Amino acid sequence: MTTFVVDGKSFTCKPGDNLLQACLHAGFDLPYFCWHPALGSVGACRQCAVKQYASEDDKVGRLTMACMTPVSEGARYSITDPMATAFRASVIEWLMVNHPHDCPVCEEGGECHLQDMTVMTGHAYRRYRFTKRTHRNQDLGPFIKHEMNRCIACYRCVRFYRDYAGGRDFDVFGAHDHVYFGRYADGTLESEFSGNLVEICPTGVFTDKTFSMHYVRKWDMRGAPSICVHCGLGCNTITNEREGRLRRIVNRYNGSVNGYFLCDRGRFGYGFVNGGDRIHAPLARGDDGRQGTISSDDAIHRFAALLRSSSRVVGIGSPRASLESNFALRALVGAENFYLGVSARESRLLRLLVGVLDSGAIHIPSLREAQQADAVLILGSDLSNTVPRAALAVRQAVRGGSFTLAAAAKIPQWQDTAVRNLAGDARRPLFVATPVATRLDDIARLALRAAPADIARLGFAVAAILDPDAPAVSDLPADLAAQVGTIADALLAAERPLVISGVEAGDESVVQASANVALALRASGKSGALMLNVPECNSLGLALMANGQGGLEAALAQSAALVIALENDIYRRAEATVIEAALTSSYLVALDHSEGPTTRRADLVLPATSFAECGGTLVSSEGRAQRFYQPIFSKTDVRESWRWLGAAGCAAGYKVCENWNTLDNMVVALAGALPRFSRLPDVAPPASFRVAGSRIASEPRRFSGRTAINAAHSVRDPKPPVSTDSPFSTTMEGYHGKVPSALFPFFWAPAWNSVQSINKFQAEIDGALEGGDPGIRLLEARPHAEFRYYTRIPEGFVPRSDMWFAFVLPRVFGDDEQSARAVCIRERMAGAILALNGEDAALLGVVSGQSVACEIGGEQQCLTLEVHPEMPHGLAGIAGLATVAHALPTFVRITPTGSDES
Amino acid sequence: MIETPLTATIQPDGKPLDVTGYERVGGYQAMRKALNMTPEAIIGEIKSSRLRGRGGAGFQTGRKWEAVPKRDEPPFLRYLIVNADEMEPGSFKDRLLLEKTPHQLIEGVIIGAFAIQAALAYIFVRGEYVLALERLAHAVVEAQARGYVGRDILGSGFSLTIHVHASGGRYICGEASALFSALEGRRAIPRARPPRSAVSGLWGKPSVVNNVETLCCVPPIIERGANWYLGLSHSVDGGTKLYGVSGRVKRPGLWELPFGTPLNEILFEHAGGMRAGYECRAVLPGGASTAFIVPENFDVRMDFASVQKIGSSLGTGNIVVLDQRRCPIGLLRNLEHFFAQESCGWCTPCRDGLPWVERILTAIEAGEGKAEDLELLIHHVSFLGPGCTFCDLAPGAMAPLGSGLKHFRSEFERHINEKACPWHDTKDAWT
Amino acid sequence: MSTVEQDFVHEPLGPRLRHQIATIARHAEDKRAACIDALKLVQKRFRFVSDVHLAEVAALLEMTPAELDGVATFYNLIFRRPVGRHVILLCDSVACWVMGGAAACAHLCERLSVKPGETTEDGRFTLLPIVCLGHCDHAPAMMVDEDLYGDLDAARLDDILRRFR
Ligand SMILES: Cc1cc2nc3c(=O)[nH]c(=O)nc-3n(C[C@H](O)[C@H](O)[C@H](O)COP(=O)(O)O)c2cc1C
Ligand code: SF4
Ligand code: FES
Repeated sequence: MTTFVVDGKSFTCKPGDNLLQACLHAGFDLPYFCWHPALGSVGACRQCAVKQYASEDDKVGRLTMACMTPVSEGARYSITDPMATAFRASVIEWLMVNHPHDCPVCEEGGECHLQDMTVMTGHAYRRYRFTKRTHRNQDLGPFIKHEMNRCIACYRCVRFYRDYAGGRDFDVFGAHDHVYFGRYADGTLESEFSGNLVEICPTGVFTDKTFSMHYVRKWDMRGAPSICVHCGLGCNTITNEREGRLRRIVNRYNGSVNGYFLCDRGRFGYGFVNGGDRIHAPLARGDDGRQGTISSDDAIHRFAALLRSSSRVVGIGSPRASLESNFALRALVGAENFYLGVSARESRLLRLLVGVLDSGAIHIPSLREAQQADAVLILGSDLSNTVPRAALAVRQAVRGGSFTLAAAAKIPQWQDTAVRNLAGDARRPLFVATPVATRLDDIARLALRAAPADIARLGFAVAAILDPDAPAVSDLPADLAAQVGTIADALLAAERPLVISGVEAGDESVVQASANVALALRASGKSGALMLNVPECNSLGLALMANGQGGLEAALAQSAALVIALENDIYRRAEATVIEAALTSSYLVALDHSEGPTTRRADLVLPATSFAECGGTLVSSEGRAQRFYQPIFSKTDVRESWRWLGAAGCAAGYKVCENWNTLDNMVVALAGALPRFSRLPDVAPPASFRVAGSRIASEPRRFSGRTAINAAHSVRDPKPPVSTDSPFSTTMEGYHGKVPSALFPFFWAPAWNSVQSINKFQAEIDGALEGGDPGIRLLEARPHAEFRYYTRIPEGFVPRSDMWFAFVLPRVFGDDEQSARAVCIRERMAGAILALNGEDAALLGVVSGQSVACEIGGEQQCLTLEVHPEMPHGLAGIAGLATVAHALPTFVRITPTGSDES
Repeated sequence: MIETPLTATIQPDGKPLDVTGYERVGGYQAMRKALNMTPEAIIGEIKSSRLRGRGGAGFQTGRKWEAVPKRDEPPFLRYLIVNADEMEPGSFKDRLLLEKTPHQLIEGVIIGAFAIQAALAYIFVRGEYVLALERLAHAVVEAQARGYVGRDILGSGFSLTIHVHASGGRYICGEASALFSALEGRRAIPRARPPRSAVSGLWGKPSVVNNVETLCCVPPIIERGANWYLGLSHSVDGGTKLYGVSGRVKRPGLWELPFGTPLNEILFEHAGGMRAGYECRAVLPGGASTAFIVPENFDVRMDFASVQKIGSSLGTGNIVVLDQRRCPIGLLRNLEHFFAQESCGWCTPCRDGLPWVERILTAIEAGEGKAEDLELLIHHVSFLGPGCTFCDLAPGAMAPLGSGLKHFRSEFERHINEKACPWHDTKDAWT
Repeated sequence: MSTVEQDFVHEPLGPRLRHQIATIARHAEDKRAACIDALKLVQKRFRFVSDVHLAEVAALLEMTPAELDGVATFYNLIFRRPVGRHVILLCDSVACWVMGGAAACAHLCERLSVKPGETTEDGRFTLLPIVCLGHCDHAPAMMVDEDLYGDLDAARLDDILRRFR
């Protein structure tokens, strides 16, 4: 530890820390703009100036920028020195020269770092009396609003977008006081991380366009800690509510998971919660065959009657429903009748995944650990399109190479520009093996294009080099064989090698190969980690619960009198004809939040909560169980699926559900029933949790209009809702101070209204939250766990002359069922395409832009051809057809339909 | 007869000597000598000569070279960069050397590169110096043809490539670390130190940036020795200096004079004193980034320490004379306009403070000044000083303003009180 | 500007220019290091860098238009808007100011009927202020295209302008 003195008092910090970080950690309110814990220091804004003294005798000192100053042992500084104080106020005054002072109409108002810093420095009086420079704003697409006049040129936006996230369509233009941050020309920001600009920008230049459309001040919203429901990574979010509507999603710092950043799918995909296709009341099919609204009681009684009378009841679980709801269904129908609500292929893959992860032989990294890997092998996954936040982590891992070089030159990691200048694009090795190009290829040492089977063979071969006991691969194609050695060497040379694959590779052998690589690394004494991604927010939780059961097709294989579909559009999981055939003599009960093919087909529909109207637990691909909470207290009939199931179960006389009246009871029941989930009650404090005898306030102190908010409907002051499932009060009443890390409804600290207040909640700046990062890992590697290599090495891929091997090309916008309902996401969705190698296209006599047809999932599909020169022969990538993705991969015939779309 | 090692080979017609002509007057002998010395010995000689950089900051050239990793220490890729950006208003010395004696510069580059074991040298020339660029490029080709530049120079085993780069144009490119960014094809934003450029400069490799005039001093030093060079000077720092004068003097121009020649000698002997009808109010001794010197201090010796002692700095040693017919506030406005325009836009005080300063000065000049404007200007002078901003551009901008506020206080007050510029009539006048 | 000239500006770079750019890029330490040289080559041929040409150069250097324009708009001597057939760079720095630079500017503006930064109606001249040209001992000074002129006064300015008629 390094000891240093600020204004006469001693503090300590980690050796090598910069002074700004050290001061913030010590609890000082030292203002800053350009510094960001994840981006490092560049010394541009000059806001963090302090006095530095050469020795104890030095009474004059000199100004220095804290963010650029490494703290040295015994060094003396002053924050309160009059000159330093005056200089900091002066910096604000300069930044305000051109600032429009449009706070009353600015979406950032009330949570603006610039406002906070202005107050903090004490600058209050405007002396600049000349005209301000003005800029033209750009249309940056459906997510981000641009208001350049508010810019204070801290350069954070480019440093995040370009340097951190690798985006190349956004930059800084011009010079002197005409610097401009934006795109080369108007147009949608291409990066799938553009939403972070909203939080990175310390003022209102980049704001959330979707929020802007139903804007309210930060202090006027109820907040709830939540978990993103749009992929399997489990990024932590905060949901904000007012007047029953979900207003926005912002990042919730979790040092082990998402850190400071979310992807755009996670941030902007919430529209479905407020969407027009929500189901608000139970529906039952009448004698005329049409669905009609019925009362909740009626629905429960009908459901109970069905449960009582049906001989065989099948439960179809959901990878996007909470553990509690899945468990309720499982308990109700019996474990043997509970099935994974996923496609047959996905259920096999998930089962395999659980097998691998459960073996205890392999370490599953957190995203933070992934970010620190020093060699990465990705097999068959296009991370940027499936688990974008993981792609961002990999990007940082690769960049870690420059930190090593910098350390050798004694340049601390936070010296951002110096590190970049010294190390150029020094990168840690990344190997990407996928059928088509990915957005991580730009930083990959090797980007290999191969069919899934060949990718698997490559992985097996790498494992065989790492450990001679691993099964060997014979006659690997020469081009791949040459790379195997390179990859194995790089992994062996690394200290923290990481292998990444997942369900979306679409092929069990690829997952097995990646497991073999991780196992072989372990065998050769390396602490290799394996990250296996899953498609949905609770895919892994579901798979862990369903030990052994199959997917949808298995569920439908035998006839059942009653089929219960939990929060699932089963038509996305299997061919419609298969489903129809199976359901002919069954009664279908569907629980879901939004209307879709399944609810339309159902005989009884129960309106379920979306993630924003309930609490619950999700298990991320890391095996991290995390709790989400409820910001919206709906006045409609929606309720948690487990509550519907419990009510019906009770009415039908089922003993198991007698106690299912609170979330905590559900959690306890689940933990008691399934040993794997025994630690579930520790994931977050129970609803009875109180601080100083109080519930935790979920609305800021300044929340306004509480009595007026309903005046249009009734002049009576409505009784606030009560949360039976959480320790939150649903209002501003309650405790406002430090709470356990899983329970932040918003980030706020005195003087810090913006998201930057997170510094006040971290045990260490940029590190874990005080009290530890939220979530509990259910799957830990055991040091002496036995393991066996997977031995079924697939045959190499052989192109066929008449058919193409069609596989899913994932897309970040559109593939995920829930976010695809959001209007802004729809704007980012592109039409369905079929990607072919150029020669294959020529063989078919088609060119890019032309439409082609092929049969997938029992339906004739019309797709636009896209030529991908990098693709191997014989493959056909299908993108934008998420609803039939269950039928892939498969061999298809492709026929040109002649018409040229362009 | 004063010895003029920098300009001795310049021909009366101003045309540069070709390589043969340059050799005939003793050119490239120093290089031959240097290639037979060790790099350490060369650096030793330069250190003994007390050659200080002529780009403005006056850093000891030998010490700068010495900071580069030794011959056998990695990284082995290093760069020598000639700073020929010369955009400091009022400075025109480097252009003379570039246009009229390019081979001497190239010889200096070869010796310097050998001393720091750089295999690559860049000459970064401001884009407007079209003639200089042309002549340099030609001279490099000639030197290559002679085997002075290229592989295994004269069998020494030392190889050197020289690139001539034309700047995209920005004053900040002359700042040594911003120059790296410019050469890398980026926005010319300065870089923070540490790391020093001797450790991590161009493309993250050890790099030395030297001014044109500095490098032109090198061949004579090597050829004739540090003692001889020290002897040329009237000051502790060695050698001669290209002093220049512009403004309403009788003979504006450039002269190579002993280092430390007194200001009044330069002004009144070499430049011939003021033209009839003009009086000298003050001078900027070394370009726009230097503080005014008023006549009572004109006996100052023009060397680093002496000029610093009276509160200014030597800068480029190219003197701009302010006469009584021009408004001093107008002159300051002109200077601050330059600095505001040329700010790179990276750090707050410079980017947003300088335009403000410019506007205040414009207002005062236009008779729209307010009493509190002076306070604001003083505020900027103290908060745009060294250490407050990211690089030295803004502190440079404050040097004339700070001294101007001191020396021209009454003029400021007159503008504000009379709500008009006393020099209004001469504003757009030719004379 | 006449239609003929506008067509000229919208021509693609052409094989020779592309080759030249590719050659500098090959010799540069890293492709993007060639970007300023490349833009200047384009400008030499087309007088300014149009959006189309910027995109072409960016592609040649494996940069995005945003990356290249970030550089292009930083520098004074890269013109991103059309300029006249001759560009007058009139020094507006201190030595020239002392020596009557403002008068020179006013004179040029009057003769050309433009304000600084503008192009004459006939597309012949663009008048741009520029930082000290290093010709201070012959102030006021200016450049027209690649030629430097000093000791400017009204008569000399008129004389120089006449040469471009
Ligand atoms: C804003 C700014 C502009 C500069 N411009 C130049 C320049 O045009 N030419 C130059 O030689 N030095 C210039 N310098 C000084 C350089 O940073 C550097 O000190 C010099 O080139 C080193 O060479 P020397 O040691 O030979 O003097 C400038 C410095 C600053 C802060
Ligand atoms: S002082 Fe700041 S803004 Fe000005 S040129 Fe230097 S770094 Fe750029
Ligand atoms: S935070 Fe230190 S200079 Fe910006």
